[in-house]
This record gives sequence, C-alpha cells and structure tokens, in this order.
Amino acid sequence: MSTKRKANVSKKIVLEAIKDAFKKLNPKVMARNPVMFVVEIGFVITLLLSIFPALFGGISERGYNIAVTIILFMTIIFANFAEALAEGRGKAQANSLKKTKQDTKARLILKDGSIKIVDATELRKGDTVLVKANDLIPTDGDVIEGVAAVDESAITGESAAVIKESGGDFSSVTGGTKVISDYIKVKVSTDPGESFLDRMINLVEGAKRQKTPNEIALSTLLVSLTLIFLLVCTSLVPIASYIKVTLPIATLIALLVCLIPTTIGGLLSAIGIAGMDRVTQYNVIAKSGKSVEAAGDINTIILDKTGTITHGNRMAAALLPVNGISQEELNKFAVYSSLHDETPEGRSVIEFAKKSDLSEKELDKYGTEGIEFTAETRMSGTDFSDGKKVRKGAVDAIIEYILYQGGRVPSDLKDISDKVAMQGGTPLVVIEGNRVLGVIYLKDTVKPGMKERFDELRKMGIKSVMCTGDNPLTAATIAKEAGVDDFIAEAKPEDKISVIKREQAEGKLVAMTGDGTNDAPALAQADVGLAMNTGTNAAKEAANMVDLDSDPTKIIEVVAIGKQLLMTRGALTTFSIANDVAKYFAIIPAMFMLAIPQMKALNIMGLATPQSAILSALIFNAIIIPLLIPLAMKGVKYVPMSATRLLTKNLSLYGLGGVLVPFIGIKCIDLILVMFRVA
Amino acid sequence: MDLLQIGVVLALVVILAIPMAKYLTNVYSLEITKQDSMFGKIERVIFKLSGIDTNDMRWQQYAKALLLSNLVMFIISYIIIRFQGVLPGNPSKIDSMEPLLAFNTAASFLTNTNLQHYSGESGLSYLSQMAVIIFLMFTTPATGLSLCMAFFRGLTNQRSIGNFYVDLIRSITRVLLPLSILIGLVLVSQGVPQTLNPTAIANTLEGATQNIARGPVAALESIKHIGTNGGGFFGVNSAHPFENPNGFTNVLEILSMFLIPAALPLTFGYMARNKKQGWILFSAMGLMLLVFLSITFINEKNGNPALEKIGLSQENGSMEGKEVRFGIAQSALFTSVTTAATTGSVNNMHDTLTPLGGMAPLAMMMLNCVFGGDGVGTVNILMYSVMAVFLAGLMVGRTPEFLGKKIEGKEMKLIAIAILLHPLIILVPSAIALATQLGSSAISNPGFHGISQVVYEFTSSAANNGSGFEGLGDNTPFWNISTGLVMLFGRYFSMIAMIAVAGSLLAKKRVPETNGTFKTDNSTFLVILLATVLIIGALTFFPVIALGPVAEWLTIR
Repeated sequence: MSTKRKANVSKKIVLEAIKDAFKKLNPKVMARNPVMFVVEIGFVITLLLSIFPALFGGISERGYNIAVTIILFMTIIFANFAEALAEGRGKAQANSLKKTKQDTKARLILKDGSIKIVDATELRKGDTVLVKANDLIPTDGDVIEGVAAVDESAITGESAAVIKESGGDFSSVTGGTKVISDYIKVKVSTDPGESFLDRMINLVEGAKRQKTPNEIALSTLLVSLTLIFLLVCTSLVPIASYIKVTLPIATLIALLVCLIPTTIGGLLSAIGIAGMDRVTQYNVIAKSGKSVEAAGDINTIILDKTGTITHGNRMAAALLPVNGISQEELNKFAVYSSLHDETPEGRSVIEFAKKSDLSEKELDKYGTEGIEFTAETRMSGTDFSDGKKVRKGAVDAIIEYILYQGGRVPSDLKDISDKVAMQGGTPLVVIEGNRVLGVIYLKDTVKPGMKERFDELRKMGIKSVMCTGDNPLTAATIAKEAGVDDFIAEAKPEDKISVIKREQAEGKLVAMTGDGTNDAPALAQADVGLAMNTGTNAAKEAANMVDLDSDPTKIIEVVAIGKQLLMTRGALTTFSIANDVAKYFAIIPAMFMLAIPQMKALNIMGLATPQSAILSALIFNAIIIPLLIPLAMKGVKYVPMSATRLLTKNLSLYGLGGVLVPFIGIKCIDLILVMFRVA
Repeated sequence: MDLLQIGVVLALVVILAIPMAKYLTNVYSLEITKQDSMFGKIERVIFKLSGIDTNDMRWQQYAKALLLSNLVMFIISYIIIRFQGVLPGNPSKIDSMEPLLAFNTAASFLTNTNLQHYSGESGLSYLSQMAVIIFLMFTTPATGLSLCMAFFRGLTNQRSIGNFYVDLIRSITRVLLPLSILIGLVLVSQGVPQTLNPTAIANTLEGATQNIARGPVAALESIKHIGTNGGGFFGVNSAHPFENPNGFTNVLEILSMFLIPAALPLTFGYMARNKKQGWILFSAMGLMLLVFLSITFINEKNGNPALEKIGLSQENGSMEGKEVRFGIAQSALFTSVTTAATTGSVNNMHDTLTPLGGMAPLAMMMLNCVFGGDGVGTVNILMYSVMAVFLAGLMVGRTPEFLGKKIEGKEMKLIAIAILLHPLIILVPSAIALATQLGSSAISNPGFHGISQVVYEFTSSAANNGSGFEGLGDNTPFWNISTGLVMLFGRYFSMIAMIAVAGSLLAKKRVPETNGTFKTDNSTFLVILLATVLIIGALTFFPVIALGPVAEWLTIR
C-alpha cells in the first residue's frame, strides 16, 4: 500500500475555522454560494423583524422572530465552518511548505562563470544555478552537471535521499528540496510562481480553486431549486391572502430556508476541497480538481508492465538440464556461474539453488574470478583457478560461443529454451568450457496483490491494459497471470498514444502512468496522466497529476478517490433534497393551522404547536450541516462493486434515509423544545 | 363492474400501444422504410410544392423551422377568427371574435391547449372550426411529435436530429390523417353528426322552437382526441351527446387520446435499441396514472360528504356534473386520461368533482409527464429522467450519463429553464389573480374552491391541457391575456430548451456501457424517477394544493 499522509484536524485548525466562519459572513463572500446567500438575506430580514417586529406591517412576535434569527445565523455559521475547516487543513499544509520557500538564496552562475548570490524569486527560466551540499534547491530545474544526493522529504515526506544526476530520467530536481552531498548545476525550468512548490501551495490552500464541471452542473441544479422554492414561498402570500390567511414573514423565511437545499449548498465546497485534500494525503499532487473528477470517470487504465505490474527484475523459477546432465550438476554449475553476479537475476539463481541441497563449499569464492557481463560477449560467469570456465548467457550468444570453441550444441537445447520463452520467461544457458549443461528459467514475477486489484477494477467497470516491450508470448503469459484485460506487446512509446487515442475515439476516458520523457506525449493525451516524481520534468509537465511516492499503481487509488468525491456529492444532494418531504409535513400544517384548524390532519408527526413545528424543522435543518461535516470531509465509504449494487446501497442509505431521518429528527427536537418549554 | 370497465380499457391501451410504437418508430426513421412506398409519393409531391429541402438539420435550424412555421399558423388563425363574421363559410351567421378573445383562442389552439374562453357552437363559424380549429388540431400534435422525435434522436445517438418539415408532414400523412379518418367514420356510425348544414331548428311538443347546433362534428371529434387537443365543437365538450353519444364512443375517445402518448415511451425504447428502457418509462407514467385515477375514482365513488350531511343520498357516488350514461367509472377514467394526456376534453364537469377527486387531475397537469400530450409528455418524462440520472447518477461515482451521454452543466442549465418555468407560469399568475380584483372577480365559488379554480385554469394553460374547472368567468381581458401568454410560454420555452438539450447531447461522444455504468433500464431507476418527479415536480405545488383542494376536503369532511 502506498503511504498516506496524516490528516489530523488539530484544535488549532478548528479554532481557525471558527474564526473564518465568521469572516465569511461578508455578503461579498457569501454571494459566491447562492443557496447560503439566500439564507443570509433571510437572516437579515428576521434580524430586522426581531428589532422592529412591525417593520413590514402586521403583527409578529418578537420572541419567535429572535428564535428564527438565531437558528438562521447558526445555519450560515455551520455552513461557513464546514468550508473553513476543509480549507484549514490545506492551509496548514501550505504553511509548512511556504516555510521551505522563504528566503531561499541561490548561487546564480553568470555568463562569465562567476557566481552571484540572488533571491530564489529572481531566477528565470533558463538560468543556471550552483547548488552545494546543505543548500536548498531554489526552484525546479534539470541537473546539467554533477551527481548529488537530494533529500526530498519536504515535498514527498520520504526521508531517504535520492540520487540526482545529469541526463537520463533522474535529472529533474524540485524547488524546496535539499542537496545533502556533493554539488550539482541546475538549469532552471520554471519562472517564479509557477514552480511545483508554488502550484502545490496554491492547490492545498484552495486559493485558485475553480469550480469543476460537475460542480458547476450541480450548482445550476441547486440554484434552480432555490429559485423554485423562492417562487413557491413568495407566491404563497397572495394566494393565502385570498382566503384571509396572513403568514408571518419569519415563518415564510423559515419555510424557504428549510426547502432550499442548504445541506448540500453548505457542504458542497467542503466536499470538493476535502476531495482534493484526500488526493494530497495519498501524496499525489493533482494540478486541478477537474482531473480528480475525471479520474472517477476512467474507463481504461494503461499500466507499464515492468515496475508496475511486475517487480521488473527477473527471478530464477526453474533450472532445466539438457539430456545427459543431472539436475544436481546443473544446479552446481548454475551457482558457479553466478558466484560473482550481484544482479538480482544472479542472486535469485543462488537463492533458488539453495532450496535444493547445496553445500556451503559450492559457495566458496576463494580462488575464483568473476567475469563481468559485456555487451560484446553477452555472457557472464566465473573462472576457477583449476582452469574451469563457467558461463551463463543469452541462448544465441552461447550457441555462437560454443560453436566457436568447437563444442556441440545439444539437440534438446532449442526445445527447452523455446518452452521457457513461450511461458513468458527468459532462458539463460549455463555452460562449462564448451559443454552445455542446461537452462536457467528466469521469470518476471507479478507483484503480490495485483490480481486482486485488477479484479476490483473490473468490478468498477474499468478495463486494464498492460504495456510491455516483451514479445507477444511473454506478454500474454504475464497478462494472464496478472489478470489484466488486455495487453500491448513489443510496445513502442508511440503505441501508447495510439492506444489512448483509439480508446478515446470509442468515447472512453483513459488514465495512464509514466515517468520517462518518452511518456510525455501519452501522458498529455490521456485524460488522467499520473507522472512519477522521480520522472523527468517533461513527463511531470505533461501529466495532470504527480505521485510524490513514484508508485505507479497509485493510479488505482486516484480513481477510487475520484469516484468517492462524486459519490459524496451525489449522496449528500440526494439526502438534502429528500429531507424536504418531512420538512413540508412539519411546516405547511403549522402555517395554516390557526386559520384552518382542520389542517392539523396533515400534522402527521403530531408536533406540539405551530411554532414548535416550524422551529424544530429549522433547527433540524441547521444541525444536520455540522453532523454531516465528517462525512463530507471523509467522503462516503467506497468499496469497489458494480454500479447497480452501489446505487442500490447508496440510494437506500441516503435516499430513503433522507426521507426518514428528518421525520425522526424533527419529532425529537420538538419533544425537546416542549420539554424545556421553549415553544 | 366499475373496476372491470376501467381494467379492460387500460389493458386495451397497453395492447394497442405496442403495435403503434413500432409503427411510429418506422414513421420517423431516418432510414428508408417500407412505409415510404406507401406514403413517399404523396409526401414528395408535398415537399416539392412547398419547396422543402429534406436534408438533415442542425438543432438550431430545427428550432427555427418549428418556431417560424408555428408563428405563421398563429397569424393565419388569428386573422380568420378575428374576421370570421365577414368571411365565407359562416351559414349560422356568427360574429367576428373580439381581439383579445381571438388572441387567446389562436394561442390556445396553436399550443395544443384548446382552452376555450368562447363557447364552441356559438363562438365560431364553420370556416373557423375547419380552417383554424381542425387545421391546428392536426398541425399542433404534429409539431409536438416532431419535437419529440428530434429529442429522441438526440438522446439515442442517431445520425442527426432530423428535419422538422419532414417530421411535420409525416406526422400528418402517416399518423394523424389515417387515424382520424378511421375514428371519424366509426364516430359517424355511432350518431355523431358530420354536416355543413346550419343549425337545425326544431319545434318541440310544447310549441317552443329549439335551435340544435350541429356541424362537422365527427371530423373534429376524432382529431380532437388523437391529437390530444381537447377543444370541443360544443361548449360542454365530450359531455354533449353529439360529441360523445354512448359508452362505446366514450371508450373509443379514451383510447384515441391515449394511443400516441402511451406508444411514445415504447417508441423511445425501440429507437434507443433498448426495449426495457421504453417499458421503464411507460411503467413510471402508468404507475402515476393508476395512483391518480384511484384517488379520483374512490373519492367520486364515496360521494360528496357535504351533500350527505344535508340528507342527499350519495349511494351512487357524487353524480353532480356527471352524465348518467357514463357513470362514475367512465367519468373518473375520462377525467384522468384527459388530464394525463393533456387533452383537455371533458365528459363531466371537473369543477363539480369532489375536492380530492379534482385534485388528482390538477396534480397530473402539474407534473405534466403522466403520458402527457402527443410528443411533449414523453419529452417531459425524459427530462425528469435526465434530472433523476443527474441526482442519483453521481452516487455511483461517475459523471452522470443517460444512455451513454454525459449530463453536464449545459444540459442542466437548459433543463433548469424548463423545470423552473412550469411553476413560474402557474404560481405567479395564480398569485396575481387571487390577490387582485382582476382575477378574483371571476371566481364563482369563493373560499378554498376558488383557489382550486384559479390554479386549475393556469395549470391547465401551462400544461397545454385546456380543460377548465369551469365556473370561472374567464372571458375577460385579464384572463384572455394571462392564460394566452401562459400557454405560449408553457409550450415554446420548454420546446426550444429541449431541442437544445437534444442538440447538445447529440454532439457528445457516446460512452460505452460497462459494469460501472448507472443503468436506467431497471426497477431501481423506476423508483428514482418516480421519486424525482414527486420531489421536484410535486413538492413545488404542495402548498397551493394544501390551500386549495386539501383544505376544501378537510373542511367538508
């Protein structure tokens, strides 16, 4: 599992959030949330009525007006608090990041080679800086000279240092990280304010938060519901006046506030911020909320085989002797050939041989000399002092070598090696002198748990595609073992793009992970591209998310977070709207009971008095917001399953629950109000 | 016996809807069908004569064609009824209509509402009846059907949204004309008059002279129901023995007004290549109908408690305002069907229904999606479906999709217009009418029933139904202007919004269905759809319903 950042809500954050909740009462800020803005206007009117009960003519009770005013005020504060709390968690993170950013000095290398100390903020794209041990890297860039160990814990939370060097896939460095040994020259790749750190701060702070497409659509719905209920409540006054019923303004406002979707209206932005925050907790930086949402919609995930689905290093899975050679003999010589081989493959041969009986004496390196693998010989091995030369290598290289030495190639060698290749393995031939002993079956092993994850994906309706440079046979074997739905063998970087384009043409949304510069175009083409932090700047630039842990399987978690975000929004919207049924049955009879006593037949909850009924509904409407804050922040529980089952589950929980809970809640509040003789 | 009657009629509706649905699917197919060999020739002549280009349209072109052609029809209709007194075809010497009433009448028939602020037999000449009323009775359901097909095509990912003129002409040549000729002839066989002779004068046994109005009734009667129009030849509409002579014609009229609205959801299923989807929509509408029908039937059957208290027997139910030849069951069924299908013809006076018995038809018009008028009703239930998908679809953790098309901000905005408009054009004018002398002076039964009368009038206008809670003195400038505007807004704003939704959805790429897709063709969706209609559609009107029919019911219990 991937690391998860702690998301503690400390006392300090809560206090900050309470303060912010009051600051957000500013109408200019409130106007951004139309639903709550209507509540604020209602609050102002009832406040005026509390001071001047006869302001709008007619009679109204001051005490009742004051009660309504207080509850409305609490409703707004609760909603503001939810948003402030979500923002607060991000801010706390941003503050610790900002500290690393402050007063960084940089050694700018001028054209004449001299060094000038400047503020990090003065650096521009294309400048070159020198970073020595114990210096903070001033901004994002690529290493152009030198090798250094860099501590990236400020950004990734990972304390082990990583090696950065010029050229290749480990050349990118991030501003705010620290060089702990040696020195490097870095070419700056971003202008001030655009660096990774800046973006991360903006993101967790929610400062530049834009509404996502789905949020916009939902807001449209919430605003139109608000308008409809505004219409319903205003038109009620003249209609009721026809039968000589006057409605107290405070009651009308109470009805309006109860009917408009304040629950979801108050929690909507908190849900969005918390969703982004959850991504950050998984150590993934999403460049926009839109990409997190898109992650929920993904139909296809493209994953690299090596390093993502498999361990990448091939392990010995069997030792297969040729005709006339005993298993023991092959085992012995296989070990000999790997005595000095420190590669994972070599180690695995010894580990494998150890499983059958192997005396310690065979492992004695005394008097032996290791022969390194070279591109020319394409084999490695061990020379013994008695003149024994043991080698292992690729099939064609060994055959060539044997024939050159005047040796004989056993007739069954080709069969054995072909069988290994067909099973998805890599055959290595072991020889002693010009005598062929057998084949080492090297196998790429699938990471544990991958099969289960692909099963989960399938349940979610997501297709997994494995991308590998292996031949089709090998690819098919691994694909079957890992349980992926599809694979691309002998894939070249441009193949990835064409697969993405093909899937997209079918209307599907595609996610992929990548790290190399080669991957950049595909990352940009994909709907959700997750780049590894260890990857190149080009890849990170093209992707819309960066994983600081550089764990390619994390894309699966990101998808789950995207789904959870949308689900939370849907669940709370449904809950909020379903609540209206009970609120109607509380308020409508209460409004008319005085003028039309028979209306009490509609008072199915048996609420004590008209006033207690209205206040109970309004109080329920207010306190449901803080009660749901934990759900909004954590998100609804998501277990991968088919959409139909998921819907049935959530519908009974939030839909049916949304109808029933307020009936119980309002009745309870009414009983309490009666008990304390408030109403 | 009553229940059996109702059951048989409803079963017939279902049985007839299936072949009709298949037929309609072919009528509006964008591909060449067998029907073309039958109707193609005449249609090509019509296209040629009218200079119609039959190529596919973009949604903007479709909307423009719809609006323009409707505007032209409005102008022609207005001129004819405004000057019918001096125009030919007026053997009964009927006067020209005054401007505001003419505006209201033209708007009413143009919008498939058929709200009549005039009294049919004495207000219109034969020319007006035929060239305006019967003409519009064909073109307006044809317009509704065209809109519906454009919307269907958008949702079901067809080649294009279609061509308005082709749809309009085909609706008439392939659907409305053949059906109305058939039904018209059957009606004539049952004694419905079809003549161009003027009003007959009879001498009664008492020696008095009686003027018996007659005319081309059968022609109007058949299209009145097939086209879910509802405007009667006579003021009392289908309660008049010349319009609806007996039990058989009553059933025939019920079936003809339900035929197309009941077939359309199934047609949608065929077009979407998902029959189940069609049946889910059908079931949603059917269940709502059953609930409302039961409310009306039970309440009418139980009689009027106020009359019972003063000693009048209510053993046979509340027969006030009903025809003895139809009885409670046939009246309740007719009332439910005519308000569900927004036809608006009546075979009993809705004003005299018991409070809750009258609430049910009112509620169906407020929802405006219980089968609904030709074309528009199915569009409305689909609009609620899109809304339901949006609300509940998020709960599966994906951007909501309906039939593979993503529902996003743009669609929600357009749907919001339609959802918002309906209560707006009902509640605001009702509030004005009730609060001012302008409107409230027309009310014949003050009190809670007065609220019902006013709200019914505007709901009927907004839903393009046209039935009246008569008893409202509604031929006044206020009522003519207000209901005229409400009818026009109610029809065209949502039509344009829906065509735009269709266009926007058509332009989107279809997302393939997977395990993670929110299914809309199962019973779970049926529940969600009904809950959406109930919470969004019904709760909006809960307060007025409580003050009108519910308060009336509670106070006379």
